[in-house]
Amino acid sequence: MTGWANISQVKEKIAQTSAEDVTASYLERIRKSRINAYTTIWEGAIEKAREIDEQGHNGPLAGIPIAIKDNISTRGISTTCSSKILQGYVPPYDAHIVERLKDAGAIILGKTNMDEFAMGTSTESSCYGPTLNPWDKARVPGGSSGGSAAVVAAGEAPISVGSDTGGSVRCPAAFCGVVGLKPTYGTISRYGLISYANSLEQIGPLATCVSDIAALMDVIGGHDARDSTSVQTETMYKDALVDDVSGLKIGVPAEYFGAGIDPAVENSVWDAIQLFEELGASWEQVSLPHTSYALAAYYIIAMSEASSNLARFDGTRYGLRNEGENWHVMASRTRAEGFGAEVKRRILLGTYALSAGYHDKYYLKALKVRTLVKQDFDQAFKEFDCLMTPTMPTPAFKLEEKVEDPLALYLADVNTVPINLAGVPSISLPCGFTDGLPIGLQIISKHFDEATVLRAAYSFEQNTEHHTRRPAEVA
Amino acid sequence: MITKEEVEHVGWLARIEIHESEAQAYAEKLNAVLDYFSQLDEVDTENVAPTYHVADIVNVFREDVVRPSMPQEEVLANTGKKQEGNFLAPRIM
Repeated sequence: MTGWANISQVKEKIAQTSAEDVTASYLERIRKSRINAYTTIWEGAIEKAREIDEQGHNGPLAGIPIAIKDNISTRGISTTCSSKILQGYVPPYDAHIVERLKDAGAIILGKTNMDEFAMGTSTESSCYGPTLNPWDKARVPGGSSGGSAAVVAAGEAPISVGSDTGGSVRCPAAFCGVVGLKPTYGTISRYGLISYANSLEQIGPLATCVSDIAALMDVIGGHDARDSTSVQTETMYKDALVDDVSGLKIGVPAEYFGAGIDPAVENSVWDAIQLFEELGASWEQVSLPHTSYALAAYYIIAMSEASSNLARFDGTRYGLRNEGENWHVMASRTRAEGFGAEVKRRILLGTYALSAGYHDKYYLKALKVRTLVKQDFDQAFKEFDCLMTPTMPTPAFKLEEKVEDPLALYLADVNTVPINLAGVPSISLPCGFTDGLPIGLQIISKHFDEATVLRAAYSFEQNTEHHTRRPAEVA
Repeated sequence: MITKEEVEHVGWLARIEIHESEAQAYAEKLNAVLDYFSQLDEVDTENVAPTYHVADIVNVFREDVVRPSMPQEEVLANTGKKQEGNFLAPRIM
């Protein structure tokens, strides 16, 4: 097995050979990789695959290799959030979704690289160094789930999971030319996902095609008592894979085609919308008037939640520990050394935004703006079944282009963060290329209406060829 | 505007040691972001309720049933400093 394959192709190969052979060939590809997308390769994968072969391939993902983002807990396998502060940490338990994946027969190949603690848009802030974009190794893969997107694009795993706090699944999916879904808040248990901004983030699947996204959702979605925000959904996601968009009402929000958008991106997205019209859908422009304030509100909320969530990394129970004459000095030195520059900035800003005298000006204000952003979506979905926008305003940018300017990097998230503030589902899928770099189309729907997002995305895929293009790295 | 002194104070609140030599550079980068955040001042949020959470979930209860917990050695496996089944930390005061 070489290169880009979807679940059904991998299943065919397993039937012809074995899960062990398939796993071995993926591990061989990973060892020869030049994109630095894995933080840990799991040596137990071969043995696990052999077990699956012996047991006779039961389960919906029996023998299917998968890559897991390094912020999702895996029992016995290093989980570091690509941070120096978690070096040496081996979780004593599995995340809910990892239990589900194991029960379904999936084989974990390893953990994938990310921006440290998922704080970034480029996977450059990892303590392991950046992951390179398989389409152009001088460019970033997007972030923060850059490793999870890059391994799928480079054929180093057929499917993967990431997490999406403000675009961290969809951005790298767009930059790497794969499909990535940010489900409705509450759809997937966050138990075992190391928290960054808990009111915003969801775990999300990445794959080469929409069908595989649905297959993964059928395995990892659903209620888990250990995450009190998770809910039971009745959906069988695979049922949504219908090639039919007749009567679909599409809203096109002008605010998502704003200043700084690359003309090639704009053209590709409009071509996609026109194709939907040819297939029987209709579209109208719509306004989401608070969009321009979403970015500032998002960052204030995310940083505030981060300052609280990351307080647990104090050198006492796991990871790095420095010396100090008392606990406070020990913790302060451990955190100063263990966290990278961007993580420290966000914790400091979050602490500041929550501190006496500034709480109302920043944090409370941001939460009120969040209400307005959410109302914009509620209003739009009274009229439309879904919204379509570019996932990212530009194709993948060059490595180091934005490293020194945090604000420039934040601005890249302008089209993805409003979705997390509102908690609605959205998918990114390939809709074109410019200078050999993939472009992502974002399809957004209302709460718990993943079915519409998947149906639209699946129909688009059935009627286009973009998703069949592969980077030279895979050839 | 956040001052160099405030950066050091916030660093203490967040338990992140910041050397005097770094504080100025932090202040500059943080101020650029705070400056961007101040655009929210122009949004009218009079009578708008804050959204802490998008899900309409209040008080999720479960039965109070005793369940086995993780074995002590597994809980302590990730620390280098332990004593008699406890995490060992320097004195707090």
